[in-house]
Amino acid sequence: MPGIPTNYFLILSAILFTIGVCGVLTRRNGITIFMSIELMVNAVNLTFVAYARQFHSLHGLIFVFFVMAIAAAEAAVGLAIFIALYHHRDTIDVDEANLMHW
Amino acid sequence: MLDKLWLIPLIPFAGFLLNGLFGKKIGNGLVTAVALAASGLTAMVSTLAVFQYLGAYPDHGRHLDRVYNWFTAGGIGTDVAFQLDPLSIVMLMVVTWVGFLIHLYSVGYMGEEDGYGRYFAYLNLFLSAMLILVLGSSYLFIFVGWEGVGLCSYLLIGFYYDRDYAAAAGKKAFIVNRIGDFGFLIAMFLMFNYAGTVDFAGVQSMAARGQLTPTVITAICLLLFLGACGKSAQIPLYIWLPDAMAGPTPVSALIHAATMVTAGVYMLVRSNLLYRMSPSAMMVVALIGGLTALFSATIAVAQNDIKKVLAYSTVSQLGFMFIGVGVGAFTSGIFHLVTHAFFKACLFLGAGSVIHAMGGEQDMRKMGGLRKKIPTTFWTFTVATIAISGFPPFAGFFSKDEILASAFATPYFPAVGKLVWLMGTVAAFFTAFYMFRLWYLTFTGDFRGTHEQEHHLHESPWTMTFPLQVLAVLSIIGGFIGLPQMLHTPVTNLLEHWMQPVIPEIEGIGKLIEIPVGTEATVALVSTLLAALAWYLARQRYRGRGLAADLATEQSHPGLVHTLENKYYVDEGYDATVVTPLRQLSIFSWKVIDGIIDGTLGLVGYTVAAIGDLLRFFQTGNVRNYALMLFGAVVILMWVFA
Repeated sequence: MPGIPTNYFLILSAILFTIGVCGVLTRRNGITIFMSIELMVNAVNLTFVAYARQFHSLHGLIFVFFVMAIAAAEAAVGLAIFIALYHHRDTIDVDEANLMHW
Repeated sequence: MLDKLWLIPLIPFAGFLLNGLFGKKIGNGLVTAVALAASGLTAMVSTLAVFQYLGAYPDHGRHLDRVYNWFTAGGIGTDVAFQLDPLSIVMLMVVTWVGFLIHLYSVGYMGEEDGYGRYFAYLNLFLSAMLILVLGSSYLFIFVGWEGVGLCSYLLIGFYYDRDYAAAAGKKAFIVNRIGDFGFLIAMFLMFNYAGTVDFAGVQSMAARGQLTPTVITAICLLLFLGACGKSAQIPLYIWLPDAMAGPTPVSALIHAATMVTAGVYMLVRSNLLYRMSPSAMMVVALIGGLTALFSATIAVAQNDIKKVLAYSTVSQLGFMFIGVGVGAFTSGIFHLVTHAFFKACLFLGAGSVIHAMGGEQDMRKMGGLRKKIPTTFWTFTVATIAISGFPPFAGFFSKDEILASAFATPYFPAVGKLVWLMGTVAAFFTAFYMFRLWYLTFTGDFRGTHEQEHHLHESPWTMTFPLQVLAVLSIIGGFIGLPQMLHTPVTNLLEHWMQPVIPEIEGIGKLIEIPVGTEATVALVSTLLAALAWYLARQRYRGRGLAADLATEQSHPGLVHTLENKYYVDEGYDATVVTPLRQLSIFSWKVIDGIIDGTLGLVGYTVAAIGDLLRFFQTGNVRNYALMLFGAVVILMWVFA
């Protein structure tokens, strides 16, 4: 198989995923966290596609479609939540949304 | 009427409902009307039923009025059914008519008390339960009445519930009776198990056909007797009856002298076939009866509360009835039950009239010379005193001597019979003595109360004196229903003939007692002479001397007097041997056993709470913390599994 080895894709995917994780854990702005989550999702998608290319299998591609569809849905729900949060709190800082503690 | 026997207990029950629910609203006049109407009507209906019975059953057989099937389960069951037979009729007449007289008396006695409606509601409920007891046709059904009268006894003893001693006496009566009821219950379980029925006729026929082993019969008899000991205040369960005097005096007369306490005697006579098949059980009954008669008669000698004397006298007289039943003279037990209902009700009501006149004073040491102030009470009381002391031809003489002669002549256990006769005779001597002591202290000599009490002295209203007069007359003539053979009167042993169908002669089971005329005459002579001697001694000691003789005896024999005054310290003994250990066991269970159980459960709770406290730390409500934990967990899981 000529071209770029699969390993490279996987390493890139891992780097993207780690960046996403760090973003989720460190950022307080809801939208930024959301973007980080998208980054993680797409890192995983990249892994799927890389393997699909390596094994000449359509399964991984199909999974990517599903993941993208779900990510879209998730974005819709998540953004709605943030809008509602903004209505109530005038902010989308997730540290401010801490009513659910004991 | 015969097919509507259920009306008899239902009428007073209706009175109970009316007075119990509306007694406070309708006023004393209407309460009186309802109560008297209920008790009078039930007495008349009963009498009517008896006359119809006499017409319908010339052979005096058993009339059964089955109302409905109470329950049937697993092959056993019982009916709600009423029966009329000679024994039920005797009880029915005594309960309804004496009950009516005492209702009438109560109108005068309780007139100024609070809780007038409540009192009559309880009294009607008692009448209803007592009628179920005497009319029921199975052990289980009379047990309903048995418990009902126990409940009413509790309620009426504790009638003055704001006084601690009355509330305590009520509880004592109820708890002591539970011990007896336990015996009654076990006896019924045995009947269900071995005979498959608790119907009187059913159990009797099973026993007569020899389908019950002697051991079972003896066990049933002894357990029934335990029940009777509780209800009829025999050793060792008699202790509640003297305390029961905390209730109003008419209650003492009706429940704790004339009717309820005789329920045990009634039940034993009802079970006479079983007893005749178990002479050892009979012997226990006779001995306990004799002991109780003697024991409580000696206590009565040293009591100063007029009602306490009569209470111990009742215990003693009940002992006589059990002697009669125990030695196999069932009819004479019932005979004494009837005469006792007359003269003891008369005595209690007379005492109530005295207390009424004295403005609530019950201590004989503060009475004296009441003879002229309350003449009607005086003469009725005198008649009843003579009757209970056993002077011929008053009622008590015939019944008591029939019992004593039967004890002397019993074929079941001749030697023990003589012993029981001796105990009974000595008890009869004491009976005459303490009754005349009471009589002299109360009615003769000088008045020893306060000046106000003397000023207050008055004869009771007619509602109180009328029942006294009726009962006094009955105390005189009541004995004629059982004239002994030796008198050769045209009609002898009326009651015995009447009771014949209830005490059937069955081949090989229990001989009927035949008292030789010589024995009968001797026994009668001995006890009459002893009664006369007791009267003479009492006259010597108390006539015109007031309390001097008692004080002198207390000086010379303080130990004896104090022992008697404190009732042989039996209550204290029970306290030390039963009540205190039980209380300590309860406290032990409460503090230690319950502590362990509670502690274990508490520990579980605390552990869960502690874990919760720990975990609560992680629930910050901060989304990023959750995210961190999630990633941390994923990392750990991957590290572990990959």
